[in-house]
Amino acid sequence: MSNAVIIKDAVKKYGDFVALKGVSLDIKEGEFFTLLGPSGCGKTTLLRMIAGFNSIEGGEFYFGDRLINTVPAHKRDIGMVFQNYAIFPHLTVEENVAYGLKARKVPKAEIEPRVREALELVQIAHLAKRKPNELSGGQQQRVALARAFVIEPSVLLMDEPLSNLDAKLRVQMRTVIKKLQRKLGITTIYVTHDQEEALAISDRIAVMRDGVIMQCGTPTEIYAKPENPFVASFIGVSNFLDCNVEADGIVDVQGEMRIQVPVSRNYVGPARLSARPEQLFFAESGMSGEVQFSTFLGDFIEYEVKLDGGQSLIVNEYTKDTTDVHEPGEKVHLSFDPSRISVYEAESEEVITC
Amino acid sequence: MLKSKNTMPFYMDPWFWVKLMVFVIFALFLVWPFSSIIINAFKSNKVDGFTLNNFDKFFNKKYYYGALWNSVAVSVVPTIVAVILGVPMAYLMTRYNVWGKKLWHILAILSLMSPPFLGAYAWIMLFGRAGSVTTFLAKYGITIGTIYGFGGISTVLALKLYPYIYMYTSGAMESIDSSLEECAENLGSDRLRRFVTVTMPVVTPSITAGALVVFMSALADFGTPMLLGGQDFRTLPVLIYNEYLSETGGNGNLASAISIIIVIITLVMLLVQKTWVSRRNYVMSALRPPKEIEVHGFKRFLVTLPVFLISFVSFLPQIVVCASSFQHTNYSSFTGGFTFENYQNLGSRLWSSLANTFTYSLTAMVFIVIIGILMSYAIVRRKGKTGGLLDMLLMAPYVIPGSVLGLCYIVTFNVKPLILTGTATIIIISYIIRKLPYTVRSASAFLMQMDPSVEEASINLGVPPMKTFWKVTARLMLPGVFSGAILSWVTCINELSCSIMLSSGRNNTLTIEAYTNIVRNSVGSGAALSAILTVTSAVILIIALRATKGKISV
Repeated sequence: MSNAVIIKDAVKKYGDFVALKGVSLDIKEGEFFTLLGPSGCGKTTLLRMIAGFNSIEGGEFYFGDRLINTVPAHKRDIGMVFQNYAIFPHLTVEENVAYGLKARKVPKAEIEPRVREALELVQIAHLAKRKPNELSGGQQQRVALARAFVIEPSVLLMDEPLSNLDAKLRVQMRTVIKKLQRKLGITTIYVTHDQEEALAISDRIAVMRDGVIMQCGTPTEIYAKPENPFVASFIGVSNFLDCNVEADGIVDVQGEMRIQVPVSRNYVGPARLSARPEQLFFAESGMSGEVQFSTFLGDFIEYEVKLDGGQSLIVNEYTKDTTDVHEPGEKVHLSFDPSRISVYEAESEEVITC
Repeated sequence: MLKSKNTMPFYMDPWFWVKLMVFVIFALFLVWPFSSIIINAFKSNKVDGFTLNNFDKFFNKKYYYGALWNSVAVSVVPTIVAVILGVPMAYLMTRYNVWGKKLWHILAILSLMSPPFLGAYAWIMLFGRAGSVTTFLAKYGITIGTIYGFGGISTVLALKLYPYIYMYTSGAMESIDSSLEECAENLGSDRLRRFVTVTMPVVTPSITAGALVVFMSALADFGTPMLLGGQDFRTLPVLIYNEYLSETGGNGNLASAISIIIVIITLVMLLVQKTWVSRRNYVMSALRPPKEIEVHGFKRFLVTLPVFLISFVSFLPQIVVCASSFQHTNYSSFTGGFTFENYQNLGSRLWSSLANTFTYSLTAMVFIVIIGILMSYAIVRRKGKTGGLLDMLLMAPYVIPGSVLGLCYIVTFNVKPLILTGTATIIIISYIIRKLPYTVRSASAFLMQMDPSVEEASINLGVPPMKTFWKVTARLMLPGVFSGAILSWVTCINELSCSIMLSSGRNNTLTIEAYTNIVRNSVGSGAALSAILTVTSAVILIIALRATKGKISV
């Protein structure tokens, strides 16, 4: 049986409120797949539907070719890591990890070595006899991980597992999780609201908003080619400029610049252009404006530039590329590479560049 | 598209059956009996069909309606006195380094959990007509006012019940974020102004909740007015008991009418308090609970003195009764000296009543714990459409006084199909219905703090929901269940007002036996039995307090 997860038109309702409006996903076997979005977008709701803790108001959920809609949560053979770890406080670390194996009636002689191996994989074998209240947050996280994968589940679900850790530990643990997932090859669905974490850890990401998937793709696709202004602004930072598309990808940027962009379809009319701070650069000609503010951040300098039209843009300049700092009040010109920006229809917000 | 069936049928959900079981129990042993006395109240031996005769009689004879005013008086006044004692005590105990803090706290719990007639009895021993203080002062020609009637009853009830106010208020005071008071100070309020404008409004909802409990307990109290009321000062619970006794063979029509009146009073008070609080509910979670103020020397003595006086005076009855139980008696009064004869004379009555007390209370506890665990889970985690109703049923035992429930059972279970009057079973059932709320409330409060994902983790790891419940949830709920169950148990042991109406004599518990001896003026046996009862309750509570590190809240 394949361990792919296929979701067709998932619908979730709470009374009159529709939390998921027909979500479809095709998650491949062994893939590290992330559901990313702001709070309230439905990502945790969807994860809990997969786990069997939320009722399903519509759609079909498959593990491989097995329909699991009616399979109760305890028979779905899923490993899950909860946001607050959900370690059994009355059991020791090894008893916690052995819990799922005992429920599966794994022979006693087999449990011990498997628990040991799992604890070694997450590097807490020396804590086996401890009670959860004697562990730090990071250590509890490792117990939760070991407990979830030791049962060799067909799918591993993680619900914001790093959100309760401090910044440094979060970066450290996400590497642990990623390496572990690669090693074990378990199909993993990961929920987070942290875009940086999602980019760092995932094979593919689905960006969600208001119960709808806004874009699904690899981290590079999502970062470089956001399909709508929401994704462009949610992932990283984007500057938006009103513009006008004339014919054949000729874009007029507020009368200051005329550029040619590669387009996937024909569109003429008002549009919005998005450019990342690092895609903008100072040039001899282009959009004219004045430096308002500069922040030195070590590897780059962040500028706030006010265009003559009144709009403010964020521009990043890497310190390895330049030595001089533009002072506030300095008149500058900004330009960008037309092939690396995105242009969206003003009304429908659909992308027209490719 | 395939129409998938995603929700399981209701009868597959074990919690449906749990709720159904709870509803059946409450319907059978609360709703049905109470409905029968409502019907009963509108019937009379003299007329066919429904009549208002009983209410007519009640409101036209001073003997009856006088008792209504008496009841209101000995409920309102003790409530006010309890607030006057309890609030300052809570303030001092939470804000200052009072000497012997733990001891005063334990004494407060012990006096609250003491047998219901103990205070009255001890006060009679001291200040009664033949009381030791009275006779001592009489030698010098000094006479003191009578303790029988309104003043005595109010004093005894206030001293017994003030801990409710103390505990509710100190709970609220501990959860005020200290930055709130610091902010008031920072804005230029002095300490008094700060207390009146910030601290008091925030704790007032808790004070009124405590006051409601004091009011309902005082109104329902049976032992105290029975002993201190004498012939002239009757309260409603006393009337119910007397009417029922004199109407034996009758249907208890008038007693039923009185019961309805008393329940209406409690319901009105409950609604008034709830509507008042619902408009002023300040939810707080203290990030930084207020710091204890360190005072030294004389100042520390000053803050300790009021706390000491309050808790000592309210605990005094237990000392007096225990000490008296070792005195010689000439049957109806104590004559001094030291002896064990009061205990030796108890004989078989002691053993049978002790056996009854423990058999009944422990049997009830088995049911209370099991139903309590299931019910609190259903209320907290499976609220659904009926959760609110479950919650309401839990309030019923607070609203319906023991003597009323006793009457309900006598009226209802005296006839087919369920004849239970005079059996141990009915006493045990009354314990379960009346004392279950302590366990459910404590367990639910504990469960609300518990992270639900722990249960989900277990289900996710392959343990079915019901097995997860017993293996993980119930196991983790135990501390909350335990601290509630201890209160349920101790109050079962000390239960008087309901069981005295249900007991047929051979079912007498220790509490009934002690009370009966006191009423018969057999002072030696009364004191000895009361002492045993008091010490038993105290030992259970102290062990429990140690086991839970003081985390028992009433």
